[in-house]
Amino acid sequence: MILQVKNPVVEVHDLTVSYDRKPVLWGIDLTLPAGALVGVIGPNGAGKSTLIKAMMNLLPVSSGYVRIFDQPLKQVYSRISYVPQRESVDWDFPASVFDVVLMGRYGQLGLFKRPRKADKDAAMEALEKVGMQGFANRQISQLSGGQQQRVFLARALAQNADIYFMDEPFAGVDIATETAIIQLLRQMRDQGKTVIVVHHDLQSASEYFDWVVLLNMRLVASGPTEQVLNQELLEQTYGGKLTLLSKVGDLLRKQEFPAREKS
Amino acid sequence: MNAFWIILTGSLVATCCSLLGCFLILRRMAMVGDAISHAVLPGIVIAFMFTGSRDTIPMLIGAGLLGVLTTFLIEFFHRFARVQADAAIGVTFTWLFAIGIILISVFAGQVDLDQDCVLYGEIAYVPLDLIITEGGLSMGPRTVWMLAVVTLLIGLFIVLGYKELFLTTFDPAFAAAIGISTTLWYYLLMGAVSLTTVASFESVGAILVVAFLVAPPATAYLLTDDFKTMLGTSVLLGIIASFAGYYLAVWLDGSIAGAIATVTGLEFLLAFLFSPSHGKLRRQKRVQTVGH
Repeated sequence: MILQVKNPVVEVHDLTVSYDRKPVLWGIDLTLPAGALVGVIGPNGAGKSTLIKAMMNLLPVSSGYVRIFDQPLKQVYSRISYVPQRESVDWDFPASVFDVVLMGRYGQLGLFKRPRKADKDAAMEALEKVGMQGFANRQISQLSGGQQQRVFLARALAQNADIYFMDEPFAGVDIATETAIIQLLRQMRDQGKTVIVVHHDLQSASEYFDWVVLLNMRLVASGPTEQVLNQELLEQTYGGKLTLLSKVGDLLRKQEFPAREKS
Repeated sequence: MNAFWIILTGSLVATCCSLLGCFLILRRMAMVGDAISHAVLPGIVIAFMFTGSRDTIPMLIGAGLLGVLTTFLIEFFHRFARVQADAAIGVTFTWLFAIGIILISVFAGQVDLDQDCVLYGEIAYVPLDLIITEGGLSMGPRTVWMLAVVTLLIGLFIVLGYKELFLTTFDPAFAAAIGISTTLWYYLLMGAVSLTTVASFESVGAILVVAFLVAPPATAYLLTDDFKTMLGTSVLLGIIASFAGYYLAVWLDGSIAGAIATVTGLEFLLAFLFSPSHGKLRRQKRVQTVGH
């Protein structure tokens, strides 16, 4: 069940990525629609992060190409933003929350130019959107995990891009932050932005995303959430592993009782 | 006057090294500075063999090229041979330094260089090598002029490239995603480290260069939580060490470079114990007050 769309924002063609001559992604052909909240889902080691990194040209690819907004990546850098995994940076770095959020403006500024007032205003506005305006001068090592994630999100928002790649933004954050983040992502989608999220929690996936990409080294499925999240495709993605099957069971039960309340 | 020139030389080297060192330690690459400062030796000897003189410019070029080659080799072994980064550093620079030693010992008769000079420097001799105009007017030591130019270049590099250097140091993946080349800024930074090392080694020696690259930035890191303040503080600490080290050496009648490096170490120890934010003693005291 791989649905290709017309006029895609992201087009991945025959993408293969290898680490150390061992392929981690095989022949991915994928198109994503504009203005969607997309979840990239699969087991550990399925190549979820690798896929979005390859889409942004952060990794060398063995074959294939990626086009964004029907253009090569180099021409659309300013329209792309990225929220890396929280653990990918050193949070003891001597920088304030505001310093980090302002980095979102660096791409547009160009070489040798210093951030101006408009850039600082945009950074402050982004901090307000994630509810962190009171933390602007806080040193980043003093933040909790959820606050770190909000700061990363604010940095991406400050960039005012059209397409956002997010690597596990819900990993290790409390439920309040998770709810705040998903609300923000929905607002962004409603403004016509495309948000692509690497996600590992099957429970919340059906609720969060409009479009789901199921991945396990190969592309298993890509399509609207309700068509993709079914037992057959999930089993194909996760294999027959027992613990995972029980999760699939949970998910099916949830489909039977869609009114289940979420805290 | 000699004291003035020696302290000025030390301060200029301290300024370049501390500024660049701040980026190096935050990239967890402090030892790359160590590697470059040793690995430039064959470049210097080869430049000498080609030109037959100890002119500054060919030496800077020869050593600069070797410096960049060193960083390239380290990256290459780390990425493609999949050796750990520190192992790649260790293999590369000891090997290049050893080649330099062989070149010096084989051509010992012709080369006016020796290992001691490379490692420990001759900062006390800085005031002897003066630029004298045709009118007989002394313009000050040659080394000071060269270091002043290098310091200016490094300062300019950091001011102009500040936001790219800051971003590629903190979060290279994000930098690459928004179109800032991490490779370009990595090699620019390494080029700057090579230039500084080469310009400084003759006067202060490799050991003091390494001390200045690591100790003042590490001390400043303990003293502040703001990156710009860290840059300023490390420069200040480096200059203080140059002053204090010189007078310590005079008092002890010992090696000036050694005394300066010792002071940088003492500064670190003091910051480690008494830093307002990270200090060990401070923290214990605070815990005790809470306990009462």
